[in-house]
Amino acid sequence: MAEKPVTQKAVKKPMKVKEVGFLVFIALMALLPFVLNLITGTGLNEGVTKFWQGQLIAFFIMAVFAMSYDLLIGFGGILSFGHAASFGGGAYAFGLLMKHWAPNFVKENPIMLGNTDLTMLVVLLVVLLVVLLVSVAVGLLFAVTSMRLKGTYFAMITLALSTALFIIIKSTDLHEWTGADEGLHGISLPVWLNPTQNRLTVYFITLAFLCVSYLLLRRFVNSPTGRVIVANRENEDRMRMIGYNPVTYRTIAFVVASIFAGLAGMFFSIWNMSATPTMISAVTTVNALIMTIMGGMGTLIGPIFGAAISQIIQQFFYTWFGARWPLIFGVLFILIVMFLPYGIVGTWRLQKGNLREGWKRLLRLFTTKSEAEAPESGQKPPSM
Amino acid sequence: MANEVLIEAVNLSKAFGGLIAVDNVSLQVREHTIHAIIGPNGAGKTTLFNLLSGVMPPTSGRVIFKGNDITQVSPQRRAHLGIGRSFQITNIFPNLTVLENIRLAAQAMGKDNFKMLHLADNFRQYIDRAEEVIGVVGLEGREWVLARNLPHGEKRKLELGIMIACSPDLLLFDEPTAGMSSEQVPDLINIIKRVVEHRNRTAILVEHRMDMVMSISNVITVMNQGRVLAEGSPHEIANNPQVQTAYLGDLYGELA
Repeated sequence: MAEKPVTQKAVKKPMKVKEVGFLVFIALMALLPFVLNLITGTGLNEGVTKFWQGQLIAFFIMAVFAMSYDLLIGFGGILSFGHAASFGGGAYAFGLLMKHWAPNFVKENPIMLGNTDLTMLVVLLVVLLVVLLVSVAVGLLFAVTSMRLKGTYFAMITLALSTALFIIIKSTDLHEWTGADEGLHGISLPVWLNPTQNRLTVYFITLAFLCVSYLLLRRFVNSPTGRVIVANRENEDRMRMIGYNPVTYRTIAFVVASIFAGLAGMFFSIWNMSATPTMISAVTTVNALIMTIMGGMGTLIGPIFGAAISQIIQQFFYTWFGARWPLIFGVLFILIVMFLPYGIVGTWRLQKGNLREGWKRLLRLFTTKSEAEAPESGQKPPSM
Repeated sequence: MANEVLIEAVNLSKAFGGLIAVDNVSLQVREHTIHAIIGPNGAGKTTLFNLLSGVMPPTSGRVIFKGNDITQVSPQRRAHLGIGRSFQITNIFPNLTVLENIRLAAQAMGKDNFKMLHLADNFRQYIDRAEEVIGVVGLEGREWVLARNLPHGEKRKLELGIMIACSPDLLLFDEPTAGMSSEQVPDLINIIKRVVEHRNRTAILVEHRMDMVMSISNVITVMNQGRVLAEGSPHEIANNPQVQTAYLGDLYGELA
């Protein structure tokens, strides 16, 4: 066969901006409570400082949920309207166990290692394991039921499934366990994990959760499996003809997305110390969808941006406009979709070349008296 | 030619409701040949391809590949068994780069598809293979272009590249020159020849350009209205009166 062609930098692509941005983000977020503490003079666990920690905790959790949703729709091209089922599933699995199983277990079976009481730790690990199992199960449930469907039918079955779970969770027959309509309240948490008593701990745990999730998901979408999932979005028929089974990869996408959504749901129920039926409803899925679209589908940073913006907007719009805030938010969302059809991060990635060119042109204006514009050509590897 | 039969269609039929697109077709394709299937529009060529590649199940009949009955085998399994297919209507991954399009096909044949925490770019062998194929189909220098931004002729080459990267034993070319201008055709013919002759592969070719069919194929099967009308060497087919009738229409047949 023809001799190997010489290609310019085939493998290693510099990801400097992304890495630096990520580190800056971690540093900023880690320092923020202390900075607020210094500026406002309020203690770490009171007043403004505590309030903003709370806002950011909600942001960290929703960011992971939005990323997991983007894994489905942005990377896999799987338009599921039932992603909230995983989120709520994780939350309810955690809430139910912590409320109805853990307290008695802790009382009756203390596990001691020397003088340290390990009971709570063991309980939490077991609960975490159950949450993971429930998430995987929900992911599989969605993957299996929607296996043979496409397009609108696919979206409808996912919506129907999550609505069914929503109705089951709400049913009065289960009032004793789930609290039905009112939701599951009064989840007992150890003091160190209690967001009212020890908010800073929860803050750092959820921040770590966001960072680890981002790194894992980024690794995943760039893995051989992740690349095939992207191919599934692009062209399912061709994928089949080169030997991939789309159902397998769709199932993997569903399960992985469900695991991250379930963990996000678990943290959300820690943060609220409750689990409510709204967490399973389509509203929650649409929230994640809005975050993903605003930030940029098919990117991982996009949903993080989207979650941040949505969280900030919610906060300020509520104080400015009161209960009517979603109306104003709706208008803003339409404007974002009109002007930034690829979301904030997506549009940035598309336009940054032009911006760079613009700056170069500006510079040229001052440095040399160039006779004609020298068009820049040559392909750059796209970022992924 | 006494080569072994690589793929065989046995009384293959496909009906879409009342329309019988492929009607009791039996076909033997021998190893190391380029077997062309020609016929007027609607003769059932693409449907036959869909049956051979497993895109749709036949109404009746069997498909035998390397001596095994693969009638019920899914298209993705057939790809692993060694059947590759290109499409008449360009069928690529539009928002991925040329390199990634072909790399995915190369990766499909490997055993690393489920390594979820390894970076795909660290699997050098697939990138090497993709670059090799890019050289074969003549897309050097276009590695980083998004597939949807390629001009039509290069999309057709990419289409072939995706198929070739799977290293199939049997290549199904469905009108590889569809929509290409005459100047681009010789280039593509060379690619096909090179790919087939290298490693002694076998190819089935559906094509409308007679000059191309006559020059590169060893055997030609003529189809008309879902049936096999004639089969033979290019020379035999060119001088077959029935074939001329099929192409010129039945009017002459009735008058004769």
